Amino acid sequence: MENIIEIRGLKKHFGQLEVLNDIRFSVAPGEVICLIGASGSGKSTLLRCVNLLETPDAGEILVHGQNILQGRMDVNRYRTKVGMVFQSFNLFGNMDVLRNCMVGQTHVLKRSKEEARQKALFFLEKVGMRDFLGASPAQLSGGQKQRVAIARALCMDPEVLLFDEPTSALDPEMVGGVLEVMKGLAREGLTMIVVTHEMGFARDVSTRVVFMDKGVIAEEGTPQDIFQNPQNPRTREFLSRYIQA
Amino acid sequence: MAEFFTKVLDIAQRYWPLFWAGAKVTLLISLTGTVIGLVIGLLVGSVRAVKVEPRDSLGVRIGKHLVHALTSIYIEVFRGTPMIVQSVFLYYLLKPVFKWNPVTAGIFIVSVNTGAYMAEIIRAGIQSVDPGQTEAARSIGMTSMQTMLLVVLPQAVKNSFPAIGNEFVVNIKDTSVLSAISVTDLYFQSIGVAGSIFAYTQTMAITASIYLVLTFTTTRILGLIEKQMGRPKSSFPASQTVPGNPTF
Ligand SMILES: Nc1ncnc2c1ncn2[C@@H]1O[C@H](COP(=O)(O)OP(=O)(O)O)[C@@H](O)[C@H]1O
Ligand SMILES: [Mg+2]
Repeated sequence: MENIIEIRGLKKHFGQLEVLNDIRFSVAPGEVICLIGASGSGKSTLLRCVNLLETPDAGEILVHGQNILQGRMDVNRYRTKVGMVFQSFNLFGNMDVLRNCMVGQTHVLKRSKEEARQKALFFLEKVGMRDFLGASPAQLSGGQKQRVAIARALCMDPEVLLFDEPTSALDPEMVGGVLEVMKGLAREGLTMIVVTHEMGFARDVSTRVVFMDKGVIAEEGTPQDIFQNPQNPRTREFLSRYIQA
Repeated sequence: MAEFFTKVLDIAQRYWPLFWAGAKVTLLISLTGTVIGLVIGLLVGSVRAVKVEPRDSLGVRIGKHLVHALTSIYIEVFRGTPMIVQSVFLYYLLKPVFKWNPVTAGIFIVSVNTGAYMAEIIRAGIQSVDPGQTEAARSIGMTSMQTMLLVVLPQAVKNSFPAIGNEFVVNIKDTSVLSAISVTDLYFQSIGVAGSIFAYTQTMAITASIYLVLTFTTTRILGLIEKQMGRPKSSFPASQTVPGNPTF
């Protein structure tokens, strides 16, 4: 099937620091890709390059075959197609749960209030947050915030949803609920790229695992390949830390 | 001592319409000036918070630097010179153009002066908003303008509300310098009364009391508003605070 996103020769540095070096990477519809790797290996930066929160220094990002780094690309339009779920939730602090899920629909996609509301209710129901419409983010637990953040992203009908360590900031008892939601989305065929340290999730849910090491993709393959038969010594070393833990 | 108070009461009784008229002008100018100043501050402060981005074209870059330089000059000049000097200078400078009366000129001067302070307050308020808020807004496709108006500014204003309110209180007191251009505010009226009956101490005791009542009341009202803003708009039953179950 045609790739939704295809990345070629992507480079990014911050000052002297080479963070991404010659990344080559593609995403086909329905794939659930887990990005794993040590802290500082460039996973977040890669994810942020995909929705242009960071501007790459070199390379191509082809979306349905069109290079978004070239020419007059409508970045905002593109970003509605690529949702992002952040480690720190980033719910809009000045809006309640319902408005968090509606504001992008009404102001970016120009949907009617009623349509936006229906959609918001649908996805809030789905993530189990329908009873919290009037709550402000400050009133919610971390797990609840993250589920609202997922609903907010889904309301934009993205083609791809990016997750940057969505459970890393959560208390352990909150992790399960968020992972359940993500598993459900994967089952429904949503295309997802997930940076995670939840190896169980990567093994059970992903269609492909990408191991990053010092700004390069050191190894990628099916969960079976990576977890049962890793080829690269650095992958083995990285995974051994999780298996012991 | 008793004589002093008798005199004070006597002046208050005889001249209260003048004090009252002056207090109204003081409130009018300080309130209007603070509101317009806030609008100026919101504009200038948000413009100054716009950063040069790597994707910007050369023209946009130059434009941004130019705007930054001009707004810097505005802020430095108005914060770095006394308002009494600004008022005399601008009143006479622009009188041939606007043909304005002192009160209009006073509102103009207080607005522009307050705007310079508000711009810095708003800029600091914008910087106090978590950058994650901006990223989330951009990630759902909002333009930088939408991000500013819908997400960042509302939180910046809320965060800097105490400082914004303080500008109002400061203005209630500092509009007294507009006497220099014959604005008939509380101080101007008081000096008139004091001079005509040669009782500066007693008159100013009244004047000070009125200023104190104005600033104290304002501070209290602002405090109440601040408290109200801190409260979540609506609440939901405690029974619903248990994490809901996702429906997958
Ligand atoms: N905005 C930035 N400015 C400077 N250095 C950065 C910035 N963002 C990330 N880095 C650096 O880039 C490297 C990779 O970061 P990141 O992509 O966040 O890694 P990961 O998500 O895998 O932990 C780290 O060394 C980090 O310190
Ligand atoms: Mg990271």
